[in-house]
Amino acid sequence: MEARRIGGIVSRCVAAILGGYAVAALSSIALARLGSRVEGALIGMMASYAIYTAAVIWVFAASSALRAWVGLAIAAGVFGGAFWLLGVA
Amino acid sequence: MKAGFRQSMAWLHTWSGLVVGWLLFAIFLTGTVSYFRPEISLWMRPELQQAAPGTRATEVVIAEMQRRAPAAPSWIILMPSERNPVASAFWRDPTATPRGFRQAQLDPRTGGDLAARATAGGDFFYAFHFQLFGLPIPIARWIVSFCAMVMLVSIVSGIVTHRRIFADFFTFRPRKGQRSWLDGHAALATLALPYHLMITYTGLVTLIALTMPWPILTNFEGNRAAYTAAVFGIDEAVPRAGVATPLTPVTPLVAEAKARWHGGEIGRVLVTNPGDSTATITFQQQDSDRVSVSRRTIIFNGTTGAVIATREPDGPADATRGVMYGLHVGRFGGGVMRALFFLSALMGSAMVATGTILWAVKRRQKSGAGAGTRLVEILNVGAIAGLPAAMAIYLLANRLLPVEMAGRITWEVYCFFIAWAVLLLHPLFRSHRRAWQEQLWLGAVLQVAVPVVNVVATPGSALAATLPAWRWDIAGIDLACLAFAVLLGGCACMVGREAAAPRQRRGAVQSAAAE
Repeated sequence: MEARRIGGIVSRCVAAILGGYAVAALSSIALARLGSRVEGALIGMMASYAIYTAAVIWVFAASSALRAWVGLAIAAGVFGGAFWLLGVA
Repeated sequence: MKAGFRQSMAWLHTWSGLVVGWLLFAIFLTGTVSYFRPEISLWMRPELQQAAPGTRATEVVIAEMQRRAPAAPSWIILMPSERNPVASAFWRDPTATPRGFRQAQLDPRTGGDLAARATAGGDFFYAFHFQLFGLPIPIARWIVSFCAMVMLVSIVSGIVTHRRIFADFFTFRPRKGQRSWLDGHAALATLALPYHLMITYTGLVTLIALTMPWPILTNFEGNRAAYTAAVFGIDEAVPRAGVATPLTPVTPLVAEAKARWHGGEIGRVLVTNPGDSTATITFQQQDSDRVSVSRRTIIFNGTTGAVIATREPDGPADATRGVMYGLHVGRFGGGVMRALFFLSALMGSAMVATGTILWAVKRRQKSGAGAGTRLVEILNVGAIAGLPAAMAIYLLANRLLPVEMAGRITWEVYCFFIAWAVLLLHPLFRSHRRAWQEQLWLGAVLQVAVPVVNVVATPGSALAATLPAWRWDIAGIDLACLAFAVLLGGCACMVGREAAAPRQRRGAVQSAAAE
């Protein structure tokens, strides 16, 4: 029981720190497509930490570690897809 | 579900705060005093305190540089301002050791050298607060960014946990043990909440090109220099043509810049290829007269004086970046505004400190004095009470180390770290209360010692001389040390009172814990 609890916490910490960073990084390059070269890059970079914070809060608010990871995967998919679609367009 | 959310946020707040609390406190406190970086630097160089910016500084300094380094590839000159009466010039010289750079502190009225004791001044605290010490700079900046990110998460989860923000504003129940620490922590957090959010987020933004570089990769094909040129208006160097041509007179260029900036002052001068037909002269505006630090820049042809290019902040995102950066460094708005930022930042430091103390108090109540609790308590004392004492040691070393000493800059910094290291170890050998009391009293005594030693070592910069001359920039440092002494002494008395009557308090603490 104790091992499971600790495993859940470790899993969430990894999800928050690395998974959250990955989502923030994907959001930054997706948003960077929205403006000119300079403006877009700055928008993407400056907004990324708000996204990162939201991702971390989500990870620790989710009812299980698995749900936390699934939520991050969906967000990563959305931002990655947006990056790709905006690149094509 | 709602209770579950608050509970998980409370857990997150408790543990995330602890992990980075000690380093965060050091970052916060050294950052706090960095609002007065030029003033600290000037205090630490008493030899320069009588210098004045003069009215023709740009002309004087450029003429002086033509004498000193006519063949240098470029000169960078930081112009004097009302907070810093000295012009600092930097230029490349292959014969200079160890890094091929020379620098000089010039009198902006005469161009002559201003000799001052060697010191890092306020730059040491400033640099420590975002790149620590002794670590490779990118790694240190990553560590600081990580701490700031955890701080941001702590603030957001803290807001969820203490959702009675308005009530917390007015709630303080003194002398009730854990309950008082909680009230104090929440009051400090809510009083300056917008400031805490602002300073943490903008702090992250200042290091963003390092920690979140991916948009630079996608939008500039990974060409960082192109990004830097676009955002900061710094262009790549052009090689010399080898055709000797004198530099154009500077006076009309200064007038041109001031007219274009509606009276704005020149903050930085960059001259490339002086004495060559390819010379350029770049003026960047001083950023103390507006919030945004986005630099307005004019580039002149160095031989004809014609304007080659100008740069103004271009889009809304660039303007936002400039404002965020400007809010973080707080160079706008004058002394009163800076003092308010300083007080908010002090509250932020105290918020971090009370948070880590609260963790230990709560823990001891719940599960007794285990090894983990004891470790946190030991670190709390040295990290919180030890730091202001060590900072006072840094200022004292500035006055007490011999002026001609070799390696003086480094030794001032070593004094700071040796003192801090001793104070981090000291609580190992004392009881917890004793350790707090001793370090707080020591800090108070050392802070009082700063203005006192100043009287003996450099009477010209002591309060007796600076107050009648209305030199608040210098007197302010001595007065701030006295204020810190009162604050630390007050804390020491508080710990003492708590120790005097632990019995009668215990009952109150338990009823508070049961609430």
